[in-house]
Amino acid sequence: MSDKGDHLLFEKHLQGLKREKRIVFIWQACILVGFFGLWELASRMNWIDPLLFSSPTKVYNLLTVKLTDGSMISHTLITLFETLAGFIIGTLLGIVIASLLWSSPRFSNISDPYLVILNAMPKVALGPIIIVALGPGYVAIIAMGAIISIIITTIVVYTGFREVDPNYEKVLKSFGATRWQCFKSAIFPANLPVMISTLKVNVGLSWVGVIVGEFLVSSEGLGYLIVYGFQVFDFTLVMAALILIAIFAALMYKVVERIEGWLIKHTT
Amino acid sequence: MSFLTLEHVTHHYFSKDDFKKALDDISFSVKEGEFVSLLGPSGCGKSTILSIVSGIMNQTSGRVLLDNKPMIESELAIGYMLQQDYLFPWKTILDNVLLGPTIQDNVNKELKEKALELLREVGLQNVEKQYPSSLSGGMRQRVALVRTLITDPKILLLDEPFSALDYQTKLKLEDLVYKLLHAYHKTAILVTHDIGEAIAMSDRIIVMSANPGRISKTFEVPLELRNEMPFLVRKHPKYQSIFDKVWEELNKSETQTV
Repeated sequence: MSDKGDHLLFEKHLQGLKREKRIVFIWQACILVGFFGLWELASRMNWIDPLLFSSPTKVYNLLTVKLTDGSMISHTLITLFETLAGFIIGTLLGIVIASLLWSSPRFSNISDPYLVILNAMPKVALGPIIIVALGPGYVAIIAMGAIISIIITTIVVYTGFREVDPNYEKVLKSFGATRWQCFKSAIFPANLPVMISTLKVNVGLSWVGVIVGEFLVSSEGLGYLIVYGFQVFDFTLVMAALILIAIFAALMYKVVERIEGWLIKHTT
Repeated sequence: MSFLTLEHVTHHYFSKDDFKKALDDISFSVKEGEFVSLLGPSGCGKSTILSIVSGIMNQTSGRVLLDNKPMIESELAIGYMLQQDYLFPWKTILDNVLLGPTIQDNVNKELKEKALELLREVGLQNVEKQYPSSLSGGMRQRVALVRTLITDPKILLLDEPFSALDYQTKLKLEDLVYKLLHAYHKTAILVTHDIGEAIAMSDRIIVMSANPGRISKTFEVPLELRNEMPFLVRKHPKYQSIFDKVWEELNKSETQTV
């Protein structure tokens, strides 16, 4: 009897959860539709200058044309490749440098002021120098995407390394573990969550680096399309590139989130 | 014959603007198969002694001899159990238990069998594929015990291993550890601030005072109590009298320092 009552309560609880989820989704959909609807309306009614701000239908038409003839796809792929490469190189190098800093406290002390300066410095300001050094091609742009995330990754991951409970090392040392073994079996795996959270930040940062890089030199990519559209006053093109960037940046973020779910099932 | 000997061990802790004498002229020895407790207030350096014996820390002066050889030359394995289990949350129970052998690079099938056997012996069945997060505090500390025993250490260092557990679990684990250590004839040093635990488990109790850490007195636990299980020792008629003596000694050293 009471068992049935408990079950009923549980059902009710589940229904409540479902209802809440539906309400949230409806609001989210309303905001999306509302934004594009208002944009379209404002553009048609000339509340905003349609030449400058374009309109969703124009952007949509442009996208379908350019995606079917393939020209937009190649630009998108190039930017995606550069961003991914920059993101991976930046994150990996950051983790490697953090590991080196951990391996030698003296090296870490020596590097400290330089890390502070490099971290405080706006990395995109290095753009022209990187382009001069590496040539005006995708290598320079990837370097931009990477350099923007290296230092912050180094600092965050190194701090994480140092905050691992020293008792884990104590356990390992009681078995006669070397410093490298301590790193491999405790320090590094304990910091997977930290590294994943830097991945999330770095996804956004790499996009910044790559787009700025493309602004500066390239003749391909979504950043190039934005600058080109701006120069020839084709703001429909600018908007289309922006929308693609938004979609792919969000997708990358979601992928990283998926990886996070995989990697850190058991860290607490 | 003494198995582990500390001779005039002194240790300092240094920081940027101060130093502290943690241990002052500590000398004692432990016989093979003996169970010795270090009892004292916090800050008396009892955990420091364990860190030095285990070789994790180097004393500023004095000698530690293991089996009549300086500690560094000795190849005898040492087992260390800490206040908390410090099981690695991303490793399964079996991998946690095999941590020592993995570090020493001698994992084999027999050792895996032995691990499962030991887990069974401490009352943990079918948990080897689980992760620490799904086990209770007492179960986790038992896994930590198995992790310590699997390398077959000649001497066990127990650094308040029961202090983070609830009282009931603590009493049960005391019995279990006592039983296992005696069954395998292990030498052990237990650090604790629980007088009852020290009496219940050990053959000898070394009472320490703080600032700097010194040995203030050593108590031999009566023979009748040594051979009882810890839980029963607490009910033994002789328990109260030694408890009172230790209590008095601890209070004495405390009032000296205050």
